[in-house]
Amino acid sequence: MNNFSNRKYIIGGIFILVVFIFIIRLFNLQIIDDTYKQSAENNSQRQVTQYPARGLIYDRNGKLLVYNQAAYDLMLIPRQLSAFDTVDFCNLLGIEKPQLVKGIKKAKRYSYRKASIFLKQLSSERYAVLQEKLYKFPGFFVQTRTLRKYPLKSAAHALGYLREVTNQEIKSDSYFRQGDYIGKSGIERTYEKDLRGKKGVKIFWVDVYNRIKGSYKDGKADKKAVSGKNLKTSLDIDLQQYGELLMQNKKGGIVAIEPQTGEILAKISSPGYDPEMFVGRAMSKNYQMMVQNDSLKPLFDRTMLALYPPGSIFKLVNGLIALQENVISPSTRFECQNGYHAGNFTMRCHAHASPLDLRHAVQQSCNAYFANVFRYVLESPKFGSVQDGYIAWRNHVMSFGFGRKLGIDLQNEKSGSIPTNEYYQKKYRKKWRALNVISVAIGQGELQITPMQMANMVAVIANRGYYYIPHIVKSVGDGEAIDEKYLKKHNTSIDSAKFASIIDGMEMVITGGEGSTGTLAAIKDIRVCGKTGTVQNSAEADHSVFVAFAPRENPKIAIVVYVENGVWGSRYGAPISGLMIEKYLNGEIAENKKWLEKRMLEADLINQTKSTSTNSAN
Amino acid sequence: MTRRVSLVKNLDWWTVFIYVLLVFLGWVNIYAAVYNEEHQSIFDISQRYGKQLMWIGAAFFLAAIILIIEGKFFSAFAYPTYLIMLVLLIAVLIFGREVNGARSWFQLGSIRLQPAEFAKFATCLAISRYISQYNFKIHKFKSLVISSLILFTPAVLIILQRDAGSALVYSVFLLVLYREGLSGIVLFVGFLSAVLFIITLLLVKLYVLLIILGFSFVFLKLIGMRFKQILIGVLSVFIGFYLVWGIVRLLQVEVSVYWILLISIALNMLPFLYCIYKERLKNAIWVIIFAVGSLFFTFSVSYLFENVLELHQRQRINEVLGIESNPHRGAGYHVAQSKIAIGSGGFAGKGFLNGTQTKFKFVPEQSTDFIFCTVGEEWGFIGSTVVLFFLLILIIRLLFLAERQRSPFSRIYGYGVACILFFHLAINVGMTIGLAPVIGIPLPFFSYGGSSLWAFTILLFVFLRLDANRLELLR
Ligand SMILES: [Zn+2]
Repeated sequence: MNNFSNRKYIIGGIFILVVFIFIIRLFNLQIIDDTYKQSAENNSQRQVTQYPARGLIYDRNGKLLVYNQAAYDLMLIPRQLSAFDTVDFCNLLGIEKPQLVKGIKKAKRYSYRKASIFLKQLSSERYAVLQEKLYKFPGFFVQTRTLRKYPLKSAAHALGYLREVTNQEIKSDSYFRQGDYIGKSGIERTYEKDLRGKKGVKIFWVDVYNRIKGSYKDGKADKKAVSGKNLKTSLDIDLQQYGELLMQNKKGGIVAIEPQTGEILAKISSPGYDPEMFVGRAMSKNYQMMVQNDSLKPLFDRTMLALYPPGSIFKLVNGLIALQENVISPSTRFECQNGYHAGNFTMRCHAHASPLDLRHAVQQSCNAYFANVFRYVLESPKFGSVQDGYIAWRNHVMSFGFGRKLGIDLQNEKSGSIPTNEYYQKKYRKKWRALNVISVAIGQGELQITPMQMANMVAVIANRGYYYIPHIVKSVGDGEAIDEKYLKKHNTSIDSAKFASIIDGMEMVITGGEGSTGTLAAIKDIRVCGKTGTVQNSAEADHSVFVAFAPRENPKIAIVVYVENGVWGSRYGAPISGLMIEKYLNGEIAENKKWLEKRMLEADLINQTKSTSTNSAN
Repeated sequence: MTRRVSLVKNLDWWTVFIYVLLVFLGWVNIYAAVYNEEHQSIFDISQRYGKQLMWIGAAFFLAAIILIIEGKFFSAFAYPTYLIMLVLLIAVLIFGREVNGARSWFQLGSIRLQPAEFAKFATCLAISRYISQYNFKIHKFKSLVISSLILFTPAVLIILQRDAGSALVYSVFLLVLYREGLSGIVLFVGFLSAVLFIITLLLVKLYVLLIILGFSFVFLKLIGMRFKQILIGVLSVFIGFYLVWGIVRLLQVEVSVYWILLISIALNMLPFLYCIYKERLKNAIWVIIFAVGSLFFTFSVSYLFENVLELHQRQRINEVLGIESNPHRGAGYHVAQSKIAIGSGGFAGKGFLNGTQTKFKFVPEQSTDFIFCTVGEEWGFIGSTVVLFFLLILIIRLLFLAERQRSPFSRIYGYGVACILFFHLAINVGMTIGLAPVIGIPLPFFSYGGSSLWAFTILLFVFLRLDANRLELLR
């Protein structure tokens, strides 16, 4: 009927061709290309991180030291923003309009669809008010986190603090996300992985406005957060707080160790700070203030970072080495004519009876005696040369844990230093005699030792020859064992039989009658053994040191007290040590010693001297 | 009685079956697209799926009425229907209600009607009626003008309603005219126009002019001009260009390079025409028509683009052409989300009511223009191809039915229906998978909405009614 009938094929062909192209396209979109599935999930699933509760920290008697408190971060998803009453909003949060504008801009730069922190750590009061009005501000929601709380406001250095992770930390540990917190010092840092637990995740369906539409797969894909493990520290928080109190208005440190285990009972660096200053929004401000503006360096942990010459307490080590090398016996006597004289060299000593044996030399802290002892060791014929003698001496010293890091479960431990033979060879161009280094005999000269190492030395003496690496955590989680290295006995190079006479001398320091330097450390019915030290300090008043352990048999506590500018070991070191030991062993201070406690508490070495410009001892 | 029997016997039940199937699938997918926990019943009248069920019921009722009406009625009343439609299109411009920036709706109580949807039916009737006249000769000037008027009048009225998408549908009648004898060249010109349209938007007009010039020279060579002559032509355009440029510089007037080139070409026209006359190259007139036509076309495209199209339409076209694309907002965002929804469906889909992208409103207009996303997401590649197949089978079936008509009116009308359905399918599905511009036109029988469902139902069942009388000759 008409000539164009064949054109139906062309038209039909066009129809089929187009649908065919569509099917190829669909094949491509739906089967070949996987990216759309991913995009769809990104679109419609919101993964909400479930933050685990960080582990709690207790003292050795189960007293709570650190717990968590809920904090509220105000989050923002820029896409969901719509016009709102900015004045009302700013008033609720206590911020200014420019801060709001800046915050929104920042969030937008991060992501339109993803939530970012708009305002950190709202107070719970503010949160309570805000929560009721939050519906007026689409795009904002509150995410709960936990903040650390310190009920006793004590032991700040040991406990450490948390800080927001840096980008570098995020890169090196995939666990972390922006805005997470990490332990930055102290126990929080060492035991970070135990304390932090495991984050969980909840997956929700969300619509285009990011409103939650239900849980994904009925929650089957969710992961519960695993709380961090609780830690039991070895600290006796009562003792710790008492020590902090005694050290108020003084610079220095106290370390108390349980000799049989190496557990740290108290660790005080003074002046300290309130651990709560490093929590929450005020943290960075406080940190700046403490680092830059406080000449007393409250952040500086004097128990592990401060390097002091040990002073007279080091005589104990020298006496032990001499006994071990058999160059003297406990009954060996040396003359002391107001000091040690060799040629035109003189090392002064105070007035006392002469000659003295080892026990009395310890009691009276005779410089001449230990100068002789030191020479005897170095110049002993069995070593061939002073240098070889020095090497042998140094090896003994090192076995006490000096001159290297002990390996405490806390960061930032200094190794200190015991000069090497090479050091002296270089310094004296290979020509030196025992006299050149004689100040080492009385704990002066180039020796650099931390209070922690001093405490460890006392523990060695209390144990008669061995120590456990000092550590601050007793157990992790539910009775989980601590690192094996803290359970391993470290023997020194001194036989246990050699300790008796030295310990005799140390007991006499407290209760030896005339010439005793540590009588203020005495405690009724407890045999305390101690040793005073007075460390010469060229610029300012000398430092007061005292080491002690008690009771003499089966010792429960070894302690070092180091008071900067305390002048005499007997003046501050001994009484504070005595009070600490009494507090620990008896739980309280006897009536007849209250006067001494009062004197120690009231002593003010910081505001009194006023000269705080060059403070730390090294 | 016999009439009824013959109707039942002669009705193409295959088409009816596919129609019912598609309407049902559409309804189910609308339910899935806007499903929410609070209104789980698919019959809930407060929800779109409940309403769609009412529209479907009404559509079936409409279909039944149409089948009862005598087939002759439709050809007899083709022109009156068309005229009423034009009046409605004008009326909606004045009394209509604006929805989404388009003034194309009548509000009758709670029901909104979109005359543009029904205009397709009326236009289809009118053009069929006109072409099927005895004295119609497709290449007669008068016939061309009148057919163009029939097609363009509703299109222009719809453009005035700011519903350019619905107006574009009328371009598909080119295929119907082609079937009725329109020269293939017109199809080619249509294709060429599309290409020119795109390069006009893509390129600076100077380059468009250079391309047209280049093509003109190529065509001149093809129709028999010698290479030397073409070289001279190129040279003279070149010289003319520099002459005009020099004069412009001398007079110190600000004239763009584009205009200098255009003037130099115009100056060359006279010697060119002389040359053609001398060489007796009759075909050269077509080259000139091509060049001038193209030039005129690019002008109108620019004008249309800058002055007629709305900002969002310009953006959409720009995005489809890749001139401007922002996956975070506007049409670019819609297409990106639509592709994610469909793409995430995978081979077998996420299952009924398990689509997240559509249900959680990542895809815009998920129950109307983007209903195909729900199909793609929940039923996957299998479901989408099945739906495409059903639509294609329906359209091809219509072509087959059209070809078996004795009466040209029925045949032309059948082609019209098939082509309209095809255009909707191509643009709507193409849009959701990023192959066509985002033009808001519904997917036949699927998209939510009474107007479009009824309009397509009327369109289809009138043809089925005509087909039932296929052995009669209608005039
Ligand atoms: Zn002496």
